[in-house]
Amino acid sequence: MSQHLLQPLQAIGQAVMFLLRALAHMRLTRYQVGETLRQVYFAGVRSLVIIVTCGFFVGLVLTLQTYDTLTRFGAADAASTVLALSLFRELGPVLTAILFAGRAGTSITAEIGLMRATEQLDALDLMAIDPLERIVQPRLLAGLIAVPALVLVFNTTAILGGVFYAVFLMGNDPVSFWGSMQASVELGRDFGHGMLKSVAFGLLASWLAVYFGWSAKPTSEGVALATTQTVIATAISVLIIDFVLSAFML
Amino acid sequence: MRSSHQIEWAAGLFLLLALAALVFLALQATDRGVVSGGGYQVSASFSNVGGLRPKATVSMAGVTIGMVDRIELDPETFEARVTFTISDRFNELPEDSSASILTAGILGDQYIGIEPGGSPEPLRDGDRIFITNSAVVLEQLIGRFLFNADAERDDD
Repeated sequence: MSQHLLQPLQAIGQAVMFLLRALAHMRLTRYQVGETLRQVYFAGVRSLVIIVTCGFFVGLVLTLQTYDTLTRFGAADAASTVLALSLFRELGPVLTAILFAGRAGTSITAEIGLMRATEQLDALDLMAIDPLERIVQPRLLAGLIAVPALVLVFNTTAILGGVFYAVFLMGNDPVSFWGSMQASVELGRDFGHGMLKSVAFGLLASWLAVYFGWSAKPTSEGVALATTQTVIATAISVLIIDFVLSAFML
Repeated sequence: MRSSHQIEWAAGLFLLLALAALVFLALQATDRGVVSGGGYQVSASFSNVGGLRPKATVSMAGVTIGMVDRIELDPETFEARVTFTISDRFNELPEDSSASILTAGILGDQYIGIEPGGSPEPLRDGDRIFITNSAVVLEQLIGRFLFNADAERDDD
């Protein structure tokens, strides 16, 4: 009984200790910058297709639903405001973080887990190359850079999706669409807070992905389990931390 | 496997794309202000502004022509003094135009509607609009209605 309660706590503690160790081992060299950029490519550029597609359709369906609901109250003009506010504050950061976990987090976990299973990490250690610095650091930083960038792309395509539905399909006035959005979305409070969230989620998603790969059991089942855990843990913790951050920032 | 240079190029391009998205969102989707370019400030006093907020729109005939800058209480007359900016493109508004606080739909934001007057003199920067209609406060309307209903019952 107590074992079941203690296990998650122990896992959280280990993850935090791992992050602190990884932070302590960070070093800035020319090689690290290039390697981080390469990881940004694998985590960010390779996720663009799923982010753009999902963003566009989220924008479409959000506008469709809000128009349908708000016209009942005679407030269809507010649809673009609802679209922009819900995207900037919640949907952009949260959905991007969860999609990122599924697309990039899993591959980071599997990569590091397989490195562990095939003893590549031990080999690096033997060659006096710090695997925390060489393997973990670029992936952590890449997530921190890629997730906010992907959130920006997601928000932009979602708003363009909203414009596509409202202006091209429904024939609404583009001036009033943009106008009511601009009139009620604040740069600092709405957009800025959303970007702060996306930085937090970027750190969270890449940290969990790296941690589960690092601590995976060196077997094929172990790597498979770690990959699953990455997605589950990221989805749950993003949603919990989203609430906490919102409560503090609003 | 692509060469590492191509990968770094692609990553750089990706970050540029994100930067472009940031600029687009910051300029196009947030409160850069309805009045881009120049504008002139006009003020008006209302006995009640209701739920009007700064950055609310100022419109004429349903078209947005400006935005509310600030709302403050006049310490002498106890009226709300609303200052708003109207875009320079609309610099021919008659001096005796009137301003009312209106609501867009039931749930909509409150905004200032300007009705043109007939004076040949245009409004200028720093001018004041004298003819105003305050916001309709629902509680007062309901209160008056209930009071009237009570009074009618007493008459019977």
